[in-house]
Amino acid sequence: MTAMQDKAGRPIVVVTGMGVVTSLGTGKADNWAKLTAGQSGIRAISRFATDGLKTRVAGTIDYLTKEPLNTAAMSEMLADLAVEEAVAESGIGAKGDFPGPLFLAVPPVELEWPQRREVAVASGANDAIDYRDLLRVSAQFPTYHSRFMFGSVADHIADRFGTKGSPISLSTACASGTTAIQLGVEAIRRGETDAALCVASDGSVNQESLIRFSLLSALSTQNDVPETASKPFSKNRDGFVMAEGAGALVLESLASAKARGAKILGVVEGCGELADSFHRTRSSPDGKPIIGCMVNALNDAGLTPQDIDHINAHGTSTPENDKMEFTGTDKVFGEHAKAIPITSNKSMIGHTLSAAGAVEAVITLMTLQHQRIPPTINYLVPDPAIPLDVVGNTARDAKITHALSNSFGFGGQNASLIFGREPA
Amino acid sequence: MPNPDRDIWITGIGIVSSLGEGADQHWDKLTAGTITANAETFAPFVVHPLAPAAFETQIPKKEQRQMEPWQRIGTYAAGLALDSAGVKGNTDILSRMDMIVAAGGGERDVAVDSAILTGIGKSDKPEAFLNERLMNDLRPTLFLAQLSNLLAGNISIVHGVVGSSRTFMGEEAAGVDAVRIAASRIAAGQSDIVLVGGAHNGERQDLLMLYEFGGHTLKGSHKPVWERGEKGGLALGSLGAFLVLESRKHAQARGVKPLAKITAVEAGRSNRSEGALRRSLASLWGTIKAKLKPGYAVLSGASGAAPATADEHAFLKDLGSGIAVRASGTYLGHGLEPQFPMNIALAAIALGRGSLFPPRDATGLEQPAAAAPTQIVVTGVGHWRGEGLALIERAD
Repeated sequence: MTAMQDKAGRPIVVVTGMGVVTSLGTGKADNWAKLTAGQSGIRAISRFATDGLKTRVAGTIDYLTKEPLNTAAMSEMLADLAVEEAVAESGIGAKGDFPGPLFLAVPPVELEWPQRREVAVASGANDAIDYRDLLRVSAQFPTYHSRFMFGSVADHIADRFGTKGSPISLSTACASGTTAIQLGVEAIRRGETDAALCVASDGSVNQESLIRFSLLSALSTQNDVPETASKPFSKNRDGFVMAEGAGALVLESLASAKARGAKILGVVEGCGELADSFHRTRSSPDGKPIIGCMVNALNDAGLTPQDIDHINAHGTSTPENDKMEFTGTDKVFGEHAKAIPITSNKSMIGHTLSAAGAVEAVITLMTLQHQRIPPTINYLVPDPAIPLDVVGNTARDAKITHALSNSFGFGGQNASLIFGREPA
Repeated sequence: MPNPDRDIWITGIGIVSSLGEGADQHWDKLTAGTITANAETFAPFVVHPLAPAAFETQIPKKEQRQMEPWQRIGTYAAGLALDSAGVKGNTDILSRMDMIVAAGGGERDVAVDSAILTGIGKSDKPEAFLNERLMNDLRPTLFLAQLSNLLAGNISIVHGVVGSSRTFMGEEAAGVDAVRIAASRIAAGQSDIVLVGGAHNGERQDLLMLYEFGGHTLKGSHKPVWERGEKGGLALGSLGAFLVLESRKHAQARGVKPLAKITAVEAGRSNRSEGALRRSLASLWGTIKAKLKPGYAVLSGASGAAPATADEHAFLKDLGSGIAVRASGTYLGHGLEPQFPMNIALAAIALGRGSLFPPRDATGLEQPAAAAPTQIVVTGVGHWRGEGLALIERAD
């Protein structure tokens, strides 16, 4: 008889459906094949002119649309695809009638340059244009109101898939996808719902977004061979590569999943978080918040560091992140750290920003399922200051029972999840 | 069975708006019926500008320079809330205090935008021109003042709240859900103490533009929210509101008295087709109805937008004539994300003082209160989406 509660007496939360879209392709099967083959989805940006930009590569999703879309519309399209796959796999509810709430991680939504220019043209002002000119004609563009509401993507997903209650849109920067899953886990543990739809999507590769990260010196400028720009844990890493993607997970109480005979893809064993008060973009040099975050996840899962046998790293490929992630991992796991195979999916798919936590959760669960770890590609010059067992360049078979997935973001956002296999 | 140890106490309030800062200034202005709207600065648009605030008393100058106004307003209000709860600087509590912030973001540099729009039409290579201007003219730190989750980030840095940090987006509903999730976590024992709230800078042309797209702005002159007619109109307000919510057990263990308690928070989403908003409110009301005692009051978060405010008006009218209704938006303007936490704070103040501010409504919905309220229902109806209710009660 399987226990339906964890050691802390809370409902066990399992995953019964997953969907993923990245620059490598749409769907779990396609992504898994390409990830384990060590393929890169990073390419030269063709969506907009890159004249004068220091960074000209990204993990854009160009195969779905010819038209350049704004961030909200792109994020919505990617989320739709991921949710469709996840809901179909789980077989939960009925079409357009998902029996639980929606937690959606999305990039901040705002009016973008094409629309701003369109309004400016309509104003007819041809000398100095300012916002008074734009305001004079704004009412001619009624659809831009709902499109650029922060809640608009969630509103669409809630309508289309019939989630229940007030949908929550959230941002914890690059930890957003992880936070969406955590909110779903908490809702099920509170007994408020038997199921939750946790989604993260990011389609924000546009000029201004790229320039914003570029001005913070966060991006790789290794443009010549786009496929090799993202090189987590390598000595010659120089920044992250922006990318688009979406991940969706159907979370369910084990009791509910068992009762309807659903296939269980994995267990969300623990969640941890701890914010950093050191700096807006940098981690506390002592690594304490990152350490505390991972320790909180272990405690929440009722596991010890020795129980973890794989880490899906945040691994952005910035000099700062990878060093700090090593410092934290080393402190939490001690001698055991070197025995844990660690990998960064971002080497192949880039940094999917708001979506990363959910995209990488899906990949971590596939890793557990297949007992095979996708590689960290471009790992040709290992950073001697990061003596970890990086799964470099080629996929590796491994026996994995409990895997940790980390997400760390601007604004001191740290969140970690621990996934396990179906309970016996 | 609800566990009284897990009662959700409000033990700290931090509010700042066009009316001033803190409970006393807000209550004095509301009681006096002072209207703070400004129809000149952004004419023809009506806004409620922030009253002068002594930011330096909560935020070091060095940190203020890293922030745009919405973040200063929020970080300031958060500091007032922590002071009010008596936990400011208490690293033991702050290190495990959870935080949920309801935020918009994207505050733009309108001078840079204007210069680009002026030049781009004359450029032979507009895309290259845009890249060049953005690369040269955007301040690198502006991005950090625009990111939605960086209000929470600033609160961590300035006040040391680090137990957890989550930012909800999505206009009014984000504020409702922030309070709802915070309260649910406390009730379930997932959290002992939470800082929850948000901030809004209503003195922004880029935001006026967003609401003007939908025809939602109030133009011309100020009127009480219920009197804005068929076309409606919301007057953007600058405001920040944070609450410290705490389990009764946690508060009692540190010897703290409650300002009020939150008995229920409910949120819904209707598609706003004909009648949908009223059905959504009725369904939310159904979940709290059994808890209401005669003499309860309603503090509405009505924005003035059409048709949402007219629908809410009709719903509240149907509750019956004996119920005292007030809309704070007439005085505060509309601040989207923080409006609901702000109204919970005002409800707690009203319960503490045993009175409501006077009616101000020619439609007759707002009536004098017969007696001191012991329960106040706070409504949060989004101008476009989202419906929320909270039941706030005296905690004694």
